[in-house]
Amino acid sequence: MSLDTVKNAEQTPDAAQPWAELGLKEDEYARIREILGRRPTGAELAMYSVMWSEHCSYKSSKVHLKQFGEKKPDSDAMLVGIGENAGVVDVGQGYAVTFKVESHNHPSYIEPYQGAATGIGGIVRDILAMGARPVAVMDPLRFGAADHPDTRRVLPGIVAGIGGYGNCLGLPNIGGEVVFDSCYQGNPLVNALCVGVMKHEDIHLAQASGAGNKVILYGARTGGDGIGGVSVLASETFDDTKPAKRPAVQVGDPFQEKLLIECTLEIFREKLVKGIQDLGGAGLSCATSELASAGSGGMRIDLDTVHLRDNTLSPEEILMSESQERMCAIVEPDKVARFLEICEKWDVIANVIGEVTDGERLEIFWHGELVVDVPPRTVAHEGPTYQRPYARPSWQDALQADAPTGERLARPTTGEGLKADLLKVAGHPNQASKSWITDQYDRYVLGNTVLSHGEDSGMIRIDDETNLGVSVATDGNGRYAKLDPYTGAQLALAEAYRNVAAGGAKPLAVSDCLNFGSPEDPDVMWQFAEATRGLADACLVLGTPVTGGNVSLYNQTGEVAIHPTPVVAVLGVIDDVTRRTPVAFAEEGQLLYLLGDTADELGGSAWSQVVHDHLGGLPPKVDLERERLLGDILIAASRDGMIDAAHDLSDGGLGQALVESCLKGGHGARIIVPEGTDPFVFLFSESAGRAVVAVPRSEELRFNDMCTARGLPATRIGVVDGDSIDVQGQFSVTLAELKDAHTGVIEALLA
Amino acid sequence: MTTRVGVVTFPGSLDDRDAQRAVRLAGAEPVSLWHRDEDLHQVDAVVLPGGFSYGDYLRCGAISRFSPVMTTIIEQAKLGMPVLGICNGFQVLCESHLLPGALTRNDSLHFACRDQKLRIENAGTAWTRDYSAGQEIVVPLKNGEGRFVADAHVLDELEAEGRVVARYLDVNPNGSYRDIAGITNAAGNVVGLMPHPEHAVEPLTGPTTEGLGFFTSVLKQLVNA
Amino acid sequence: MARVVVDVMLKPEILDPQGQAVQRALPRLGFTGIADVRQGKRFELELEGPVDDAALARIREAAETFLANTVIEDFTVRVEEAAK
Repeated sequence: MSLDTVKNAEQTPDAAQPWAELGLKEDEYARIREILGRRPTGAELAMYSVMWSEHCSYKSSKVHLKQFGEKKPDSDAMLVGIGENAGVVDVGQGYAVTFKVESHNHPSYIEPYQGAATGIGGIVRDILAMGARPVAVMDPLRFGAADHPDTRRVLPGIVAGIGGYGNCLGLPNIGGEVVFDSCYQGNPLVNALCVGVMKHEDIHLAQASGAGNKVILYGARTGGDGIGGVSVLASETFDDTKPAKRPAVQVGDPFQEKLLIECTLEIFREKLVKGIQDLGGAGLSCATSELASAGSGGMRIDLDTVHLRDNTLSPEEILMSESQERMCAIVEPDKVARFLEICEKWDVIANVIGEVTDGERLEIFWHGELVVDVPPRTVAHEGPTYQRPYARPSWQDALQADAPTGERLARPTTGEGLKADLLKVAGHPNQASKSWITDQYDRYVLGNTVLSHGEDSGMIRIDDETNLGVSVATDGNGRYAKLDPYTGAQLALAEAYRNVAAGGAKPLAVSDCLNFGSPEDPDVMWQFAEATRGLADACLVLGTPVTGGNVSLYNQTGEVAIHPTPVVAVLGVIDDVTRRTPVAFAEEGQLLYLLGDTADELGGSAWSQVVHDHLGGLPPKVDLERERLLGDILIAASRDGMIDAAHDLSDGGLGQALVESCLKGGHGARIIVPEGTDPFVFLFSESAGRAVVAVPRSEELRFNDMCTARGLPATRIGVVDGDSIDVQGQFSVTLAELKDAHTGVIEALLA
Repeated sequence: MTTRVGVVTFPGSLDDRDAQRAVRLAGAEPVSLWHRDEDLHQVDAVVLPGGFSYGDYLRCGAISRFSPVMTTIIEQAKLGMPVLGICNGFQVLCESHLLPGALTRNDSLHFACRDQKLRIENAGTAWTRDYSAGQEIVVPLKNGEGRFVADAHVLDELEAEGRVVARYLDVNPNGSYRDIAGITNAAGNVVGLMPHPEHAVEPLTGPTTEGLGFFTSVLKQLVNA
Repeated sequence: MARVVVDVMLKPEILDPQGQAVQRALPRLGFTGIADVRQGKRFELELEGPVDDAALARIREAAETFLANTVIEDFTVRVEEAAK
């Protein structure tokens, strides 16, 4: 079979090409021809098609994502913003922290174990590529109904994959979420977050500059992984002695990744690289075009030097391969020998595959023939942009009008009724203990985990001497966002912000994973537009810039999209991790205060879902100034030792927060419903901007004074006491009963 | 003179830095040992840390056991040098035949990470003399292949000779025969332990500080020797 | 009793990290000349009844749906002579 070289493309301008099969639109193909002044070669077509895909180019979403830059709050903390592999934030003492949340939804549905595993692998390499040592991971997960047969297939595989890969890398898994909702049936959301730490001077960027510098590909060998799409091309140019079907699934090798991490960190320590990029989606196509595009522009690659696992691969396939555990570095010629030596020390395969040139083209050779000759910016950064039409869905008004009023949904009116609903909510898979899942993750490795699963945020120490630490919380509520995407996105941010503050850390920055249905559906596009607008507006008010993240579209089966699910991660810093605030009520006699205001807000609530299987009305209102004030109080109270426990109020409301804090601490609570408050609303409303805290008696005066002075409503609602939750005048429920309802739920469904 | 305790890093070791921290908190000097290096750099004792050396592919510990550093460690262990293998390190010691038995997949078939109660059965080894026999401690446990198995004859011998160092209490997290969490060789210098004492050395990050005793024990043993 | 053996191997194009780790260790231990290693699973199924076409079809179905993950694995089914 003849090779489709640049020369060949020039000589056969009218050869038919499978651009449609590769997912390109007619005008996109025409644009490629216009850029090149000829038809693309097969390899070029493969590169453009994958780099201009929704996944790589953000062509539907970028007009909306722009707002994160346009409305960016002033922040001294941002060292590297959107556009790099991950944002970097200054946390003081010369340390910088990088973090990012990303989706691996579709692969995890096809092959749950490997999909979830390689999701961890990818995000960890993103963090590593910034120059940081990865120090923790978290996984926000969403599945179909807990009792659906397919959840039994998908969930255990995904959890085992996350554990199998993350545990083997030696990264503590310190938090995340697990949510069940039938809207995710067939479209589970597997988001993965990684945090990395470095010194300011260690920040690395993905750019190739300096003519003559070498391009080194290192890590795993390149095989036919994840090039399913490009096999359309392959089938044209290949004989049939090769494997008929290229795998769409990539298999991860966490051991290789662990070696890659240690090897790369040693290379950073010796300052051997000028620029670095990990290989993820679109593999070498993406890495070479992005490195060249962000640098001076010129690069020459010789594909024959790529170390292959499968010698039958064509140049197109080598360029597209998504084989895991690979990185690409730009290295000055006199440092190449030492670079290769360190790779050898760690048993990591490394090859010089090309060099930076002083031209402006990315040129790729195969068997001495030029097969790619493109301006790299047109591949990596100047892909198409769509202004997708969007419109408020016709059903939105009816959904919002269906409010969960007392007339619409029967509310419990007796103490026994309240107790029964409290147990139902606490025992629903969404609110129940997730220990069956989280106990499959190593939370101890590296010895710096201060807060993890079951806490409001995950917190790690980053300096043994000074006790400087960072914390991260991820939150999202698709039910809220379905009712009102603008507010829903803001509520996700508000909750993550509150969770970080509840642990005692100061929120600094945001990463987001925006999980939505098809952008070709104007309803979905409206949800996306509203959610991004809401999130950008809220980030501006809270002073927490979006540093990066990821968009996952097409999460739908047929016409039915998932709930719009913006997942928001907030990173915070804490000067002294020994001052952290856990959620557990651990001291008898401490006073319980409810901070914030409680209104009758049950739209999208856990109660409406669990007890009535209802979704309608409006989500809780957002008051970002109040969130900021609450955060300030929680942080100050933690720093000054005024509170010993704090728990944010979110799904399930105060009732659920009390259940969790009591069970975690092994102590009950005597609770008094404040005068004039409806006991049901008191226990189950999900009004935002609230937390419950445990105050030592000796600190009560000081704590009250602070809240009064700052204008934050603080209501004394009871005391830590006994071995039951006793809501006076209403009902009493023992910790044993609560534990019975709250634990063992997930394993009963899945084990 | 400061006591030097080596901590080996195999490809895929994960808890090596944690073990070094525990050694330091116990008052000794941690020395990093590299798997390809036969030289033990004058250390007085060695810790084989947890992790997934060589990805735990083939069998846990099976590939590490043949590394150059293990050749020297096996020699020195036979001459009496204290060696503690934690988790993956325990697996390496079994594959090296310094300790009997083997560690197999948890009976739950899941990786398990939990705070585990143990009873110290033998407080006479190089690594447990700071405990008292019968003392109960809580330290983290985290493994996917931690189920200790051996034939009945070997188990009876371990029991008869008092070579069971620690046993699981309340919950047997992985199906280990006779609730065995750790064992020693006949001389008491080589100890293998599935749970992770190095993760229970600071109140901030561990469930307790009851794991520190393993590291202070060896210090005393060496100073008194 | 009849025994049917099902061998499950990763498809040739799928990365086999376990086989690769073993392959890289072999030369260090002096076992040279081995070009590639792939690691698989072997299931031995003892049948209660005779090994006829229907039984084999059932076993193939079991292998297809349960023993192998056909997204990434291939399998073969073969009958082994009854143990004497």
